[in-house]
Amino acid sequence: MDYLYFPGCTLNTKAKNFDQTARDCSLLLGFELKELKNWTCCGATFPLATDNIMALLAPSRILATAREEGTALTTLCAVCFNVIKRTNRLIQEDGEKRDKINNFIEKNYQGDLRILHYLEILKHEIGFSQLKERVKKPLTGLKAAAYYGCMLLRPFEEMGFDDKEKPTLFEDFLEAMGAQATEFPYKIECCGSFQSVGSPDVATECAYKILGSAIKNGAEAMVSTCPMCTFNIDHKQSDIKQKYLDFKPIPVFYFTQLLGIAMGLDYQTLGFEQNAVDPLPLLKEKGLL
Amino acid sequence: MKKLGVFICHCGVNIAGTVDVKSVAEKIGKTEDVAHSTDYIYMCSEPGQQIIREAIREKGLDGVVVACCSPNMHENTFRKAVKSQGMNPYLCEIANIREQCSWVHQKEKGEATRKAEEIIHATLEKVRKNESLEAIAVAVNRRVLVVGGGIAGITASLDLADGGYEVILLEREPALGGHMAQLSKTFPDLDPAFGGLLSKASEVEKHPKIQLHCYSELEDVKGFVGNFDLVIRQKATSVNGAKCTGCGLCIENCPVEYVSEFERGMGIRKAIDMPYPGSVPNKAVINRQHCRYFLDGSCHRCEEVCPEKAIDYDQEEERISEKVGAVVVATGYELYPKEQLGEYGYGEIPDVIDGLAFERMLAPNGPTKGKIVRPSDGKVPKEMVFIQCVASRDPDRYMPYCSRICCMYTAKHATIYKEQVPDGQPYIFYMDIRSDCKGYEEFLQKTIEEKGLLYLRGRVSRVFQDNGKVRVLGVDTLTGKMVEVAADMVVLATAIVPSPGVKELAAKLRATVDRHGFLTEAHIKLYPVESSTKGIYLAGCGQSPKDISDTVSQASATASKIQALLSTDKLLQDPLIAFVDEGICSGCGICVEICPYEAREMDSHRGISIVHSALCQGCGACIASCPNFACELRNSASNQILKMVDTFVT
Repeated sequence: MDYLYFPGCTLNTKAKNFDQTARDCSLLLGFELKELKNWTCCGATFPLATDNIMALLAPSRILATAREEGTALTTLCAVCFNVIKRTNRLIQEDGEKRDKINNFIEKNYQGDLRILHYLEILKHEIGFSQLKERVKKPLTGLKAAAYYGCMLLRPFEEMGFDDKEKPTLFEDFLEAMGAQATEFPYKIECCGSFQSVGSPDVATECAYKILGSAIKNGAEAMVSTCPMCTFNIDHKQSDIKQKYLDFKPIPVFYFTQLLGIAMGLDYQTLGFEQNAVDPLPLLKEKGLL
Repeated sequence: MKKLGVFICHCGVNIAGTVDVKSVAEKIGKTEDVAHSTDYIYMCSEPGQQIIREAIREKGLDGVVVACCSPNMHENTFRKAVKSQGMNPYLCEIANIREQCSWVHQKEKGEATRKAEEIIHATLEKVRKNESLEAIAVAVNRRVLVVGGGIAGITASLDLADGGYEVILLEREPALGGHMAQLSKTFPDLDPAFGGLLSKASEVEKHPKIQLHCYSELEDVKGFVGNFDLVIRQKATSVNGAKCTGCGLCIENCPVEYVSEFERGMGIRKAIDMPYPGSVPNKAVINRQHCRYFLDGSCHRCEEVCPEKAIDYDQEEERISEKVGAVVVATGYELYPKEQLGEYGYGEIPDVIDGLAFERMLAPNGPTKGKIVRPSDGKVPKEMVFIQCVASRDPDRYMPYCSRICCMYTAKHATIYKEQVPDGQPYIFYMDIRSDCKGYEEFLQKTIEEKGLLYLRGRVSRVFQDNGKVRVLGVDTLTGKMVEVAADMVVLATAIVPSPGVKELAAKLRATVDRHGFLTEAHIKLYPVESSTKGIYLAGCGQSPKDISDTVSQASATASKIQALLSTDKLLQDPLIAFVDEGICSGCGICVEICPYEAREMDSHRGISIVHSALCQGCGACIASCPNFACELRNSASNQILKMVDTFVT
């Protein structure tokens, strides 16, 4: 079965490696990510001011277009997933807003798409036990910390991704890949998000806490589902290093990169050149190249 | 043709500010059978009632409509007023033009005036066909059942018994005391709770007018105010209470230990044990779920050592039938279930405990003998975090209401902690501080100033274990800064919820509970201790969260209301009940099935259904369900109701 796919802006630029590895892996797993036609930016935040629907129009347009092409829409970026899933739910449940939005975008969309995260496809459509059997190169010995961030999980009622306080879906995925998932208390804390633009110090501090906690609990690498989080916890490590001299950087993977290794893809196709902290020494040490 | 009078109340500006009362009075006055129509600023006042009385006298009225507030407020007032003039009180009706008109149509004055007029016309239609009725006298059983042996039930029982009434007191647990028996000291005077409670409890035990049934539950209730028939289920304690002296030899010798719920999971108890040290009654009880005799018959230790031969393994539970005239529901509270509090790590992190567990820790007879130590390693905590409003005031996820006691007990906890650990630092996360009773604010200010408590206004987002510490992430909204405390121990002030089983009990008593399971009172302001079912009264936290002072006050109020109720041999009951047209009733029995008060019964001789006038509450269910239209409600007969409807639709 093929899935209609909304990449989002970052996956076309800074996170090309996320996009490409996901597409390559899906082919190996027997499905294709069919890119949505004429997609636009999702808006990047779900508006908190509920009376202003302007910010909802971009994701609504994406949803309406997608509905013309299929019944389910897949995303990879946790931010896009959050915005699109919540907008979809709003259109589904709020008749007044639905009419207003449809009037604006000149569509008639009822909110009846299924919004799926790539990890949900792996868990629910393929199944982690099935996936485990398809692994060619298990990530044995790799101690990786699954970092959820906020966007996959919150608000709990709307996202319905996993348990609200103690999610395990991501760890289950890593275990299926043969890696050793490191439990750490900051796995659902905020990475600092857009603070890295206006108040970079705040974001650096957030990233330091998350990374520090993961490292203290034994993690050798972080795994992310979000280009925003990745920017803060991967690219910011050089800033952290300047501030905290004894800090030892660790690589940050997109989960699809680890999936790619496990599925036996050539490491040169996994886009590691876009990772800020070079993961190759660690992978070499673990015999995963 | 009747001669009717209409009296329109201004209710200050409540009605007159919206409804043009003068023009309504004038228009209604033109109705053929209305002999008198007038308005007045406060009809319920003495001069207002005087207007009604004079009009009845002078014009010889034989029906009255008072257009005013809800009949819940003043129907009785006006019925008494007309009765004083020799008119049958049931010929006086209320037209509600305040709650159902002026208050809800404040912006549409013209329409409101028209509607008020229609409501009065409709009520006139009802009065035209009202019959003169007499209240029904019912014999009263002057005994009282009190359900719940916490401080509420104890207080109500003692007040009633001292007033000369016989009381049956039921307690689900093997001993009296409820949650108050778990407390260390109480605010605002830091008075040890236990001693005072025990002296009251033993007063109950010794009182000649109180029949105490511990380890007992109410199994069945039938009847109505003044005449309730009860079945009490007394569970088997496996110990002969008359023989047991409470010496404790059996407990010393019992080989089975299990986690004590009374100690909030921090202590152990034996399979044969006292409910708590020094409990009232001071008799041992065997927990059959844990006792080896009952599990596999392998142990008889207690029977062997008991010098009084009080152990009775064959004791069976008993069913006791009783009759009472009124019931007090004093079922108390429980704390919000910890399984549902994910973000605070409660139940997972051993050093995160709730307020009651901390009380046990502070109690001299508790698992740590009053010493504050971390449950995980027994060390004295130097950094303590107290979190208020856990699951309270959180409409999105938990309970929307304020649990009312947490602000004060947290201040008390932090004070006692600071006295015991002078170099320790307590942090208190709060939303607002509510300290509105006598001496509370003074207590709070004193603790903050003298004890150096650190109050942080803000919520905690997460609590997790980190390197032997309990890390608390929160925010201080007064400085706008994130706060992170590496605490040694965390105490959660979790929400008060009604104790389990109260819904089932309420259903048996035909009392109602609100959406959170708290028992509902007949009127939040005017009838706060009466339930909506006559003869069922409320006291304590089963009705709403409250502290000990309020609980005791409410229990005493309840007791005095019941003493008034039971002060006569006969109760007068509203005659506005169902009656049957015997010529039409086909005896199908649908009404018997549907009646929630067991007031309908088949008369097999005549083949028709009859109404027990003492049981009928006038709810109208039988009337709506009768396929032959053979039932009617006195003074709300269908020809009256249809006429009223006509007024509105034509």
